[in-house]
Amino acid sequence: MSGSAVSRFFDSDFVYSFSRSPVAIVSTLVVLIVAIAAVFAPWIAPHNPFDLASLNLMDSFKPPAFMTDGDPLFPLGTDDQGRDVLSGIMYGTQISLEVALLAMGFSLVVGVGVGLVAGYTGGAVDSLLMRVVDVQLTFPAILIALLVDGVVRAVLPQSMQDSLEIYVIVFAIGISRWPQFARTVRGSTMVERNRDYVMAARVIGLSSPRILITHILPNVLGPVLVIATLNIGLAILDEATLSFLGVGLPPTEPSLGTLIRIGNNFLFSGEWWITIFPGLTLAAMILSINLLGDWLRDALNPRLR
Amino acid sequence: MFSFIVSRILQAIPVLLIVGFISFAMFAFVGDPVTIMLGQDYTEAQRALLVSQLGLDQPFFVQYAKFVWQAVHGNFGVSYRLARPVGELLAERFPATAELAITAAVLSLLIGVPMGVYTGIRRNSAVSRIFMIFSLMGVSLPTFLIGILLILFFSVSLGWLPSFGRGDVVHFSHWSTGFLTASGRRALILPAITLGLFQMTLILRLVRSEMLEVMRSDYIKFARARGLSQRSIHFRHALGNTLVPVITIVGLQLGGLIAFSIVTETVFQWPGMGLLLVQSIGVADIPVMSAYLLMIAVIFVTINLAVDLLYFVVDPRLRSRIGR
Repeated sequence: MSGSAVSRFFDSDFVYSFSRSPVAIVSTLVVLIVAIAAVFAPWIAPHNPFDLASLNLMDSFKPPAFMTDGDPLFPLGTDDQGRDVLSGIMYGTQISLEVALLAMGFSLVVGVGVGLVAGYTGGAVDSLLMRVVDVQLTFPAILIALLVDGVVRAVLPQSMQDSLEIYVIVFAIGISRWPQFARTVRGSTMVERNRDYVMAARVIGLSSPRILITHILPNVLGPVLVIATLNIGLAILDEATLSFLGVGLPPTEPSLGTLIRIGNNFLFSGEWWITIFPGLTLAAMILSINLLGDWLRDALNPRLR
Repeated sequence: MFSFIVSRILQAIPVLLIVGFISFAMFAFVGDPVTIMLGQDYTEAQRALLVSQLGLDQPFFVQYAKFVWQAVHGNFGVSYRLARPVGELLAERFPATAELAITAAVLSLLIGVPMGVYTGIRRNSAVSRIFMIFSLMGVSLPTFLIGILLILFFSVSLGWLPSFGRGDVVHFSHWSTGFLTASGRRALILPAITLGLFQMTLILRLVRSEMLEVMRSDYIKFARARGLSQRSIHFRHALGNTLVPVITIVGLQLGGLIAFSIVTETVFQWPGMGLLLVQSIGVADIPVMSAYLLMIAVIFVTINLAVDLLYFVVDPRLRSRIGR
């Protein structure tokens, strides 16, 4: 990017309205802090929960450091096997974010692809694809993800299940959320395909895929950005829900949802911190992403300026 | 109106056919039920006997025809995990889920609508701000986390309410109800709040934004000018006109309630269909999964139809347009 492009970006309405919105700034900060803590977990986490040699059962069930029996070594306490809850959250968030981003990317590629083709081609292809979208939108996404996850798991041979687990869940969540992308992109594509620049591109003999990807795609991406942002939050929520139900990631790759499910077993014996802290991290992250998505929708909508 | 209903029913049929086919495909091609049911040690003769008992040795179309015929008669095969007819299992679990979902829906309406009206009329008061913050939490907190927090507070710390199960139930032939016993009603409180909270915040926000819109309209100004009481303006003239979108959302979300009851039932070990589904997915119990999918499809299509019909009751404009 050249210098003028950078300065043009910082002079834009977009950056101006961002700098005037405390909600957007705080949400971005929360997302950034959580994401950085997750990505750099191997270097900055106080302990490594996967390093079995460093675990000591004497450290199990330590309450958070601010409570009377707390140990400053474990700021948010420890779980049943003496693993540090804070480190567990940092590593767990990494897995949650990874799954959510991959799943969102999957729905984005499928949804945008289907939307472009349906909107540009029209006719029978369009009606068929939109019928599929309608049928799928009849059902809540989480139910589809749950059933797809169960079916794929049943199809896979036992030996491959553990190594492919993460891709199964990415596929299940991704496939449950693509129709929203498809519907939005189809709508904008139908508007764009009658514009003069598309006519011009056709007249000079460009192929349909070329027109779709280099000319129409950039013009329909605005709303996609909003849906993508909100979908990261939804995908994090979906993954956590599936893992909480015990059909998501295995305990060897504990995401936030898995941590909450495991911690839930100790709720009644009073060790609330094992489940509550991962839960609050999850809630803070989803809330921030939702607020950011809402702000983005308003910021990108010229009518609201 | 009659032709409208017929066209709606005709639109629902393809949905059911597609879902029915997916449901059958799952039933026919996924997993190896024989291995799951037999466990580790079995002879070839035992295996062959079970395969013919389950009808798995027959051609595809015979199996499909059989599946459709049986499904129409409410017969969905035998659960691999529990070795009992799936139709029977679902019928047994249905009342628990239905009571939970209906209680949650009623609760969310009874609390969400008044809160929405209040925040819509007094949008800048301190109470409205508190309601809006609360609603933001309701939208962002995952269902299972709400359940866990409620259990932590009301069951573990205070010991007021039970944290799992349905309490005592009363049986009426095919229906079991928890409404009639004290322990059943107590057991229903936390799961219903957990399930209904998201719904409630959705209704709150919807009624609020609709009220803000309606209160600016000319006919409300005119009603004020006529000197009608505040109460009559707010509840008869304004609220009545916000109800169409509210009914749409509540109706469509009733399906969402049934889907999210899967999570709530797992948190509270509520013996409904959702818990059955989760337990079945864990061991790839395909007959239960495919029957659940089919049944959910029927419920959703019915709800959508009912919502369409409710418009007639609520929106007089529709009635006159179609009646002509």
